[in-house]
Amino acid sequence: MSTQHTTDVSPSGDASVRDVANAHTPFRYDRLILWLAVGAVVANFAWIVANNENFGWPVVRQYFFDPTVMQGLYVSLGLTVVAMVLGIALGLVLAVARMSTDRLASTLSAWFVWFFRGTPLLVQLIFWYNMSTLFPVLSISIPFGPTLASWETNSVITPMTAAIAGLALNEAAYMAEIIRGGLLSVDRGQGETAEAFGMTRARSLWRVIIPQAMRSIVPPTGNQLISMIKATSLVSVIAMADLLYSVQSIYNRTFEIIPMLMVAVIWYLLITSILNVGQGYIERYYSRGDRRTGNDGPAEKPAATALAEEASH
Amino acid sequence: MTAMNATTEPLVKARNVHKAYESLEVLKGIDLDVMPGEVVVILGPSGSGKSTFLRCINHLEAIGRGSIMVGGEQIGYRLKGDRLVKLSANAIARQRSRIGMVFQQFNLYPHMTVLQNIIEAPVGVHGENRAAAIENAERLLARVGLSDKVHSYPRQLSGGQQQRVAIARALAIRPQLMLFDEPTSALDPELVGEVLNTMRDLAEQGLTMIVVTHEISFAREAADRVVFMDDGHIVEQGKPDDVLGNPQHPRTKAFLARFL
Repeated sequence: MSTQHTTDVSPSGDASVRDVANAHTPFRYDRLILWLAVGAVVANFAWIVANNENFGWPVVRQYFFDPTVMQGLYVSLGLTVVAMVLGIALGLVLAVARMSTDRLASTLSAWFVWFFRGTPLLVQLIFWYNMSTLFPVLSISIPFGPTLASWETNSVITPMTAAIAGLALNEAAYMAEIIRGGLLSVDRGQGETAEAFGMTRARSLWRVIIPQAMRSIVPPTGNQLISMIKATSLVSVIAMADLLYSVQSIYNRTFEIIPMLMVAVIWYLLITSILNVGQGYIERYYSRGDRRTGNDGPAEKPAATALAEEASH
Repeated sequence: MTAMNATTEPLVKARNVHKAYESLEVLKGIDLDVMPGEVVVILGPSGSGKSTFLRCINHLEAIGRGSIMVGGEQIGYRLKGDRLVKLSANAIARQRSRIGMVFQQFNLYPHMTVLQNIIEAPVGVHGENRAAAIENAERLLARVGLSDKVHSYPRQLSGGQQQRVAIARALAIRPQLMLFDEPTSALDPELVGEVLNTMRDLAEQGLTMIVVTHEISFAREAADRVVFMDDGHIVEQGKPDDVLGNPQHPRTKAFLARFL
C-alpha cells in the first residue's frame, strides 16, 4: 500500500502525523551505558593481556612467520583440504548407499558409520600408524584365493598416509550423516518429479536433489571443516609435522611454551575466521531462488505479491 | 503432437489393475482404454484411488496385479520369450520420458529459473540441442502466457503461474500422453481459471490427456469421456453429458449432488 491511498482515507492533517514513515526512534540511554560498560571491560582485558609479560608477545612476533611454523601450517592446511575432500566424497557415496533400496549397500554403509563414528579419532590414528604390527604385509587377493599383489605395510603407511586415512575415514562417517540429513530434507515430490520426467536416479540426485540439499548441508559442513583444522593437531602424536607439532618442536628447544602455543592459537583463529567468511558466500549461493533472503520482507506471503504482479498485466 | 499414433490402437491400455498398500486395497481391478487424442477426466471422491491409478500409469507406483500398456509397451516390464521380467530403473526412466506429468503441488525445481526448469528434461534426458530447447521453451511459455517470466524463480510466481510453468515443462518433452494429478487443487479459487484455460487449449489441440480433478465444469467442457471412480473401481463412464447430466449409478448421483 502506498502513502497516497492512506491520505485519501483521511484528508485532514493528522493523517500525515500518524504516518509511520515519519516516526522517530527514541534515543536509548540505557543501551548506550551498556555498550560503554561492556566496551570498557573488553578493552581493559585486552590491555591486561597485551601487557602481560608472561605471554611473551615479542617471542610470538619473532616466531610467527618462522619457516618451521610456516611448514607446519602448510601441512595442517594440506591435511585439512585432502582429508575433507576425501571425507566429503566418501561421505556422499555412503549417504547415497545408506538411502538406497539395495540392502547390501545400505547395510555396509551403516556399519562403516557405526565403526568410524563410534571410536575415538586419536585411537584410529594410532591404529593406522601401527598397522604394520597388526598386518605386516598388505596384499590384494581373491577372498580365500590366490594373492594378486602385496606390499610391506611399513612402506605404505607413513605418518602422512596414516594421518590422511585416519582423518578422511573418520570425516566420511560424519559427512555421510550430514549429507543424508540434507538429502532427507528435500521434499519427496522433487525426486518423484525428476523420476516422472525420465531422469535416472543419478541424474536426479545430481541436478535436482543435491543442489536443494546443499542449503542444509553447507552450515554443518563448515562446522566440520573448522573441527577438521583443529583435529589435524591430533596427528602430532604420530610424528606428523603439523602446525602444533612444529611449535612443540620449537618450544622443546627454547622452553617458551606459552608464546609458541599463542603462535599456533592465532594461526588457527585466523584460518577459521577466513573459512567463516567463505561459508557465508557459499550459503548465499545455494539459497538463490529463495526470495526470503532477497530484499523482500521476511513475513511476506509469496502468493500475495505475485497476485499483485498478475493484476498489473 | 497427436499424430504419433494414428492407428485405432488405444494409447493407454489398463487391464485388471490392482494396487494395495500392505493390507489396504486401493485399486480393485481397473480396466481402461484411452485412444490417441482423447481427453479422459477421472472424477471421484477422495480416497477412491484415482490419483493412485494415474501414478501407476507412469510407474511412480508399482501395480500388484494386471498390466498397463502405453504406446504398445508394457510399463515397468518386458516379455522375454513367454516370461515377464521387471525392467531396470534406467529402462523405466526411458519409458517415462514421453509421458508428461503435472502435479497437484506444481513441484517446480525451486533452485532453477523458469527457463532452466523447462529445458532440464529436453536437454538432460533427451539430449536436445540447448539453443533449440530454449527456443522451444520460449514458444511454450508464450503459449501459457508467461513470456515475461523466463528468468524468474518459481517462488516469485503465483500458484497459477507456477502451475502453467509446470504445464509448459511437461509439454517440453513432446509428450505422447499428459497426466494431470489434481492440477488445480492447491490453487486459490481465483487462480483456478487460468490453469483450466491452458488445459482446455491443450485439449482442443488434440493432446492425449488423462486428468484427475474435482473441476466438474472442466469435465463438462473439455472431456471426451468422463470416468467416475469409487472405492477402487470404475463405477460409471461415458460422454460428459451422459455421466454428468444423467448419472446411472447411485454413487455417481450422490457425488454429483454435492456440486449442484
